[in-house]
Amino acid sequence: MCGIVGLFLKDKSLEPELGKMLTSMLITMTDRGPDSAGIAIYGDESKGSSKMTVQSDAPDLEFAGLESALSDALGGTVSMKVISTHAVLSIPAGSFEKARQTLSEVRPNVRIMSRGDTLEIYKEVGLPKDVAARFDVSSMSGTHGIGHTRMATESAVTTMGAHPFNTGDDQCLVHNGSLSNHNSLRRKLRREGIHIETENDTEVGAAYLTWKMREGATLGEALESALDDLDGFFTFLVGTKDGFGVVRDPIACKPAVMAETDQYVAFGSEYRALVDLPGIETARVWEPEPATVYFWSHNTLPTNTEKAA
Amino acid sequence: MQTVDLQEMGLRGVNAALHAQADDTNQTAWTIENAKGAHAIACGLDAPIEVTVKGSTGYYCGGMNQQATIKIDGSAGPGTGENMMSGKIVIEGDASQYLGATAHGGMIVVKGNASSRCGISMKGVNIVVQGNIGHMSAFMGQSGNLVVCGDAGDALGDSCYEARFFVRGSVKSLGADCEKKEMRSEHLTLLQGLLDEAGIDADPKDFTRYGSARNLYNFDVDNAAAY
Repeated sequence: MCGIVGLFLKDKSLEPELGKMLTSMLITMTDRGPDSAGIAIYGDESKGSSKMTVQSDAPDLEFAGLESALSDALGGTVSMKVISTHAVLSIPAGSFEKARQTLSEVRPNVRIMSRGDTLEIYKEVGLPKDVAARFDVSSMSGTHGIGHTRMATESAVTTMGAHPFNTGDDQCLVHNGSLSNHNSLRRKLRREGIHIETENDTEVGAAYLTWKMREGATLGEALESALDDLDGFFTFLVGTKDGFGVVRDPIACKPAVMAETDQYVAFGSEYRALVDLPGIETARVWEPEPATVYFWSHNTLPTNTEKAA
Repeated sequence: MQTVDLQEMGLRGVNAALHAQADDTNQTAWTIENAKGAHAIACGLDAPIEVTVKGSTGYYCGGMNQQATIKIDGSAGPGTGENMMSGKIVIEGDASQYLGATAHGGMIVVKGNASSRCGISMKGVNIVVQGNIGHMSAFMGQSGNLVVCGDAGDALGDSCYEARFFVRGSVKSLGADCEKKEMRSEHLTLLQGLLDEAGIDADPKDFTRYGSARNLYNFDVDNAAAY
């Protein structure tokens, strides 16, 4: 069992409240996942630079002097904002691969949580309320965000086993369920050259999407083929730079509730995660259909495509 | 009329107050406010009382109910009315998955749609849904009636025993050993009674009956090699 929450804002005036609303939703889902929690937040974009969120178990030691080491290697300005065990690095646009290479040389124990223009991922082991407080998630603003509370079934309770998982630039995945063919799929994806760090099933799901998109699929197409290739139970919520998408496996035994008003689209594993949202009493509330890919984007109209089970 | 606030009184407090009602209680009408999607609201009741829940409910509302009438003024979460023995549950909105699972008796009415696995392993309950139902509904249904005024999803009545299904709209697919059946006069009478009890205005003649083809009841020796 795990808990998922997501919030996509249509009303710009709510953007400063995003972190606060998501924190409240996340804490409500503690019963579904008390061992770890994580949040992906889509915030500000600054021209000419992109973001890389990193994590360390010894932040005082590992983050000291990190921006100058990266700055020297990348030949551009690098700035760093440390928040607890995480740091958000602002690096010159297009320099991620070099930054990753440099990081593995100068700070081999520092892990990359996310990369992208607007995406930042924060996740740690602990009760959702403690994880949210550690990163002061309630003070964060943004256009949309997703969160996850974890009750591990398939792999160890560690920071790297927590969700969300970064799947590509500004893309992330959270999962409620369990994949049963993750071992064979992991071997296949590693042969294809996809980097997979842990024995976690969801990381394989994320890596699968990364691989599909590397092969030229859109995120929507990658999710549709996931319905064929992933065996097991899943409700996925995927974040993109412009919005988020939802897909459930054809059996659909993992719960999912959505709510939409003029101000937002919200996702919760249970309705009680949504009860404090403004105007929820009159919102359109429904369950996403099985084997159907839904998307909400700031750029285009909402879409949903059904794929026969 | 007794009105209780779930957030103030807590779930255990509310359920304990409802459980304390005897068969001859004078406190026959209860309203629960601020439900906020909580789990297990009004579970395990056993008294002829009427309980109205304001707002949507979470998992297992009205589970194991006997005698009580429970009205949900919103949508209902997974497993609502699970293993109900008697009484009635009326859901104004939609119902989530496995509504009325294993329920032995009484009636559940859904004014909106019901999700997947509606009436799974039903054992005598009557379920009337004004809208549509999802996939794998009435899987292994043993007894009772499932009435659907809208459409049914994939694999209706898979591996069913003697439960009856009446669907007004389309059925996306029938499950293993479930088949279309003749609608005889006794079925029209039965269905009219169920619709009346549910307070839904529909003509029984517009419905199609489905039920067990009874091919799975006995082992077919031709399948011996399959094991």
